[in-house]
Amino acid sequence: MPEQQTAEEQTNPTEEVGTFLRGRREQIAQRWADAALFRTVFTVSREEAVEAGRAVVEALAAVAAAGRLEDAEADGFAVVREQLARTAHSRARSGATLAQISAEMDALRPPVNDLLLDELSAAPAEHVRKCTTALAVLMGTLRLVMMETAMSAGQELINRQRLEMLEIATPVIKLWEGIVAVPLIGTLDSARSQVVMETLLDAVVEQHARIAILDITGVPTVDSLVAQHLMKTVAAARLMGAECIVSGIRPAIAQTIVHLGIDLSSVLTRASLADALAYALQQQGAHIVPAPAGEPQ
Amino acid sequence: MTHSTGSVSACLPIHSDLDLVRVRQHVRQMTAQLGFGLVEQTKLVTAASELARNALVHGGGGQMECTAVTSGGVKGLRLVFSDEGPGIGDLDQALTDGYTSGEGLGMGLGGARRLVHDFSVDTRRGSGTTVTVTSWISRPPGPREAP
Repeated sequence: MPEQQTAEEQTNPTEEVGTFLRGRREQIAQRWADAALFRTVFTVSREEAVEAGRAVVEALAAVAAAGRLEDAEADGFAVVREQLARTAHSRARSGATLAQISAEMDALRPPVNDLLLDELSAAPAEHVRKCTTALAVLMGTLRLVMMETAMSAGQELINRQRLEMLEIATPVIKLWEGIVAVPLIGTLDSARSQVVMETLLDAVVEQHARIAILDITGVPTVDSLVAQHLMKTVAAARLMGAECIVSGIRPAIAQTIVHLGIDLSSVLTRASLADALAYALQQQGAHIVPAPAGEPQ
Repeated sequence: MTHSTGSVSACLPIHSDLDLVRVRQHVRQMTAQLGFGLVEQTKLVTAASELARNALVHGGGGQMECTAVTSGGVKGLRLVFSDEGPGIGDLDQALTDGYTSGEGLGMGLGGARRLVHDFSVDTRRGSGTTVTVTSWISRPPGPREAP
């Protein structure tokens, strides 16, 4: 009976896709090498792109053989995870968005699908449908793995940049003998203010500074936490024998601090960095006098 | 007083320090768009910063709803901060300057109240806290207590 015959011939679609991928891996790798995703990443030689494609096909075959089409954590993917991460990273670096990378991943499916249809040309329609569905699911999972690695790579980059920002954004500038300034820019959260305090106190020691100026012109919001951090920094500098001036207090910030009810009277403040420097120089016994007319410096 | 309430224009999560930055930036943008002056902008942004931090630190995280409102032709911005934390046991004490249950200055809640025009707290022990603040572009219509 025809029905029985097909049942005998028919194998599990997932396994069949696995066997197909393994058997046709050379052809698939060759076709993928021409796809945008591999072509744009492996620019040195085509052989490299084919090699990369082959590794991915083998991983897919292993996942299919294990019957875990929908499992992004399947062992088979572990082998190519690093390669996928590098590929995604490389595409992202050349300016591709996640959506673009995703679309490029999607473009890998049609060539494989064509080969699969070719291979199954004699099989019953129902079986072909099951196999192509299995392939679609598998490719979907591969795309998920790729996106996951791409996003975690992005997250790592962000974390690293955040650490770098902490270092970069707090330079200590020597303005004069015994006078240092720290221009604060951006959000002064607990981590930032810790770095500010450390670098400032180090500078007080190194530069033998008697006066340290904290300029908050670039700090957009001064709330009670920022004020508290500033007061702590000022108190620590004072313990080391340096006088601290907070400068760059804009009119809107001054009014906000007053309404907020924060008592900054223990802190020496000035409206601008120039005012703070003038005060500091005066404290050092230096006086700025205009040059007599007709005698340019 | 006729209040017309716009639809909630944004609902921002408050679960990390980074979210606090987003809250501040969003409030700054909204107030600038509505035409708040620089001082009122700064005050509302600072109040938002205090209240969002309270929701994060004391409430274990929450959210902020941001709505443009109008009352008698005056435009304003209403911010609703809600968390599902332990709630505030003694509201009067919490509003007292210098009182803190954490390590802060104890100026957050009381300070935020002074920075905005309308301020209300809805809290019960064990069922979270909702703080609603509104600031208007100019003084709100109707009599107002002298500060």
